[in-house]
Amino acid sequence: MGKQDLPAEVSASAYNYPDALGHFGPYGGVFVAETLIAALDELREAYEKLKDDPAFRAEYEYELKHYVGRPSPVYHARRLSEHCGGAQIYLKREDLNHTGAHKINNVIGQAMVAKHMGKPRVIAETGAGQHGVATATIAARLGMECVVYMGSEDVKRQAANVYRMKLLGATVVPVECGSKTLKDALNEAMRDWVTNVGNTFYIIGTVAGPHPYPMMVRDFQKIIGEECLWQMPEMIQRQPDAVVACVGGGSNAMGIFYPYIPYPNVRLIGVEAGGHGVATGQHSASLSAGRPGVLHGNRTYLLQDENGQIIETHSVSAGLDYPGVGPEHAWLKDTGRAEYVTINDDEALAAFHRMCRTEGIIPALESSHAVAYAMKLAAEMPKDAAILVNLSGRGDKDMHTVAEKSGIQF
Amino acid sequence: MSRIASTLSALESAGRKALIPFITAGDPDLSTTVPLMHALVECGVDIIELGVPFSDPMADGPTIQRSSERALAKKVSLRNVIQVVAEFRKTDARTPVVLMGYANPIEAMGVEAFADAASKAGADGVLVVDYPPEESHDFAAKVRAVGLDVIFLIAPTSTEKRIRAVGEIGSGYIYYVSLKGVTGAGHLDVSEVSRRIPAIREAVGMPVGVGFGIRDGASAKALSAVADGVVIGSRIIEEIENSPADQVIPRVKALVGSIRQAMDSQEVAA
Repeated sequence: MGKQDLPAEVSASAYNYPDALGHFGPYGGVFVAETLIAALDELREAYEKLKDDPAFRAEYEYELKHYVGRPSPVYHARRLSEHCGGAQIYLKREDLNHTGAHKINNVIGQAMVAKHMGKPRVIAETGAGQHGVATATIAARLGMECVVYMGSEDVKRQAANVYRMKLLGATVVPVECGSKTLKDALNEAMRDWVTNVGNTFYIIGTVAGPHPYPMMVRDFQKIIGEECLWQMPEMIQRQPDAVVACVGGGSNAMGIFYPYIPYPNVRLIGVEAGGHGVATGQHSASLSAGRPGVLHGNRTYLLQDENGQIIETHSVSAGLDYPGVGPEHAWLKDTGRAEYVTINDDEALAAFHRMCRTEGIIPALESSHAVAYAMKLAAEMPKDAAILVNLSGRGDKDMHTVAEKSGIQF
Repeated sequence: MSRIASTLSALESAGRKALIPFITAGDPDLSTTVPLMHALVECGVDIIELGVPFSDPMADGPTIQRSSERALAKKVSLRNVIQVVAEFRKTDARTPVVLMGYANPIEAMGVEAFADAASKAGADGVLVVDYPPEESHDFAAKVRAVGLDVIFLIAPTSTEKRIRAVGEIGSGYIYYVSLKGVTGAGHLDVSEVSRRIPAIREAVGMPVGVGFGIRDGASAKALSAVADGVVIGSRIIEEIENSPADQVIPRVKALVGSIRQAMDSQEVAA
């Protein structure tokens, strides 16, 4: 896949995270009940062996090329850039992957690990259904049993994705506890795993959860940034000035940021969901407005009340609607290597429409947050500056939401 | 010697086993919790595990999740739970109380502030479900510094190395999770548990309580033949959940009383 050597200005990076226990500075770690420890140890050992195994790498790369359609192109969004009147905006087209988003990169990797570990059953949590669809897809591809946990509220809101998962042969279990959304689906998947650990592999969809998940998911997503490292010079003879990606749990952002960490001149900007506005309290901006705490097996920034209870979040985009964030993002924020900003629902929707009309690309509402911020940033930068946006998914799944916001009924 | 250690050592001398009920503070409401604790003591329980409600109780089954949700619907906080302990202590200086819950409410309060307040209120131990030994060194040191025991879980899947690590960092007693799964699950294998407990007790050098999946006098009796104590949570919570408000205390007393009786009976377990 045409990787080039690191140029001279890139120092042999001191960045080497996580540590052996999964810590990114004070974040990450393994905060689970003893009942899950053995399963995580087994996974960590299996993954450590496989990740540098040439046969496993070759198998993974084969799947990415022939099943997913990688490498995904980088595309110069000329008309969108002209509209903004400043920097040139480039899109990393993860929306063109099989199943329509970056999620598949990770799911293929984990399902292959499951297969090597001899686990015939995979489970997953899903919010909007994208990770669930990706998991159901790979389970079908590899002939594995698949159970997807989904908050009962989300099951109602995402009927089409529920049907997709069923078409692919998965069982979708509606979760009735707590707020009946993504975080509760994650709790329930963990409970399934601890009960059925002998034959079951838990495919987590983002760079969160207990070690080794944040590291493993990042490793399977970093292909996004690795491709950009040679695609950008091919296109503009240099690396971009800024890389922009939306952050819910943060897997697409980690995927494109990670290979750029050693490039000090490339700004890394994560865009969180500002919902109705951070001041209203109805948002999902864990890094911008949360405090460190412990949830879902890791220490990270969380949206919580003064008593440490996790609070309900809001975003127009279901994929960003999560009260935590991957621990590596928490560390990149504290160290200042990445910046984190927010984009509100209405700004994301405006960017969604602008992208449709100027580029003929219907972006996912999640990715529209990154596009919206890139548009603001571009306007403040000179015309020869370059902003690379991770267009993490396509927007077909969001037709109902967008139509409803526009007062249109099908 | 801590109140937990002296209670367990007195039981051992008397040839009796500890009965350790779990209830969630604030379920069904805060005003019931202290009378319920006293009622449990009247039934002959030895240590009370008092659950701190959390929004995301990942290791718990549906019964304790709902219990947590009922308490949170009444806005019960960690500070409220500590007040419950203080209130209970006014009239019971003998029965140890262990606070059991998840890390985030404690971290939100601040570990030192929590340890200080819990100790002053008369709590005796803390069990944080999602703090395994690796992540607990700082926490355990701060909590031990104010004289509280730090209680850890051991699972059927725990390796010998981990069991020894728990023995080094934990104190009071060990909570052995008797099955793979979440609290309240229904597939307890008594013979498997019996097989493992002696070696665990030997490795950790402290008493071993067994919990997860114990539902009646018979299973409590069978496990108390090998363990130093039995923990019963979900079954009691079910009784609370299914009782009208004025029947909560009498019905829990009837249940726990019958379990105590079964444990103390001289009949050989089936």
